[in-house]
Amino acid sequence: MQISSDSEEGNYIITIDGDVDASSSIRLDEAIGKAVEEGQQQILIDCRNLNYISSAGLGVFMSYLEELKAKSIQMVLFGLSEKVSNVFNLLGLDQLLNIKHTKEQAKQQLNG
Amino acid sequence: MDNQLKVPCQKEKLKEVRLFVEQLLQKHEIPDIEAGEMVLAVDEVCANLMIHSHNCNPKKSIGVKINVRKDQEVVFEITDYGVGFNFCRYKEPSLEDIIKEKKKGGVGLILVKRIMDSMEFIRKANRNVYRMVKKIKIA
Repeated sequence: MQISSDSEEGNYIITIDGDVDASSSIRLDEAIGKAVEEGQQQILIDCRNLNYISSAGLGVFMSYLEELKAKSIQMVLFGLSEKVSNVFNLLGLDQLLNIKHTKEQAKQQLNG
Repeated sequence: MDNQLKVPCQKEKLKEVRLFVEQLLQKHEIPDIEAGEMVLAVDEVCANLMIHSHNCNPKKSIGVKINVRKDQEVVFEITDYGVGFNFCRYKEPSLEDIIKEKKKGGVGLILVKRIMDSMEFIRKANRNVYRMVKKIKIA
């Protein structure tokens, strides 16, 4: 799994490439943790190349929900494949997380 | 046999487990989304055993065996040796509690329960079998 964090046109984007499982979820945790620590108010998560996610990865997203709410940080995920988004839906996380189809829709959600 | 795999208890080996399950299900033409769910369930059980039962000790191993009964069901048997845990008796925490407590784990077995049609824990002597069955639709 590769993960990178960039700023693009004023948006902070974390890009995930590959599989987020029990062995790699720690790096997703670190990336989101760093963004929160830096005081980013808007975080985009690019999931277009996210091939697989297990409970370890879902757990990372869930563990930040309270902190994001408390600090009024917006986090939007986009570009999930049908297979990956099915995993979020199995737990009902699609109701708790902000998930958009495209990058444009995700940006609109933040900037609109 | 090509319907069996044995891996050491290292989290880095989970990808190999997933690939094994995925390829076998693909061979039986099980649709992607359903296959993806089954891959996830096996990954979750294996990750749990590697981490909680064996402390990621690479000298310990777990086995995965898959039997596809055409147009009926897929039977997964994950085996290990040692102190097992009855994964059927696992009490689901609520999502609200997990979120409030900021725990990063705890949802794996919830997923397994939602995905599989039945789960069974069989313990014989020192050997544990975690058996899961997923019904498949007749094409």
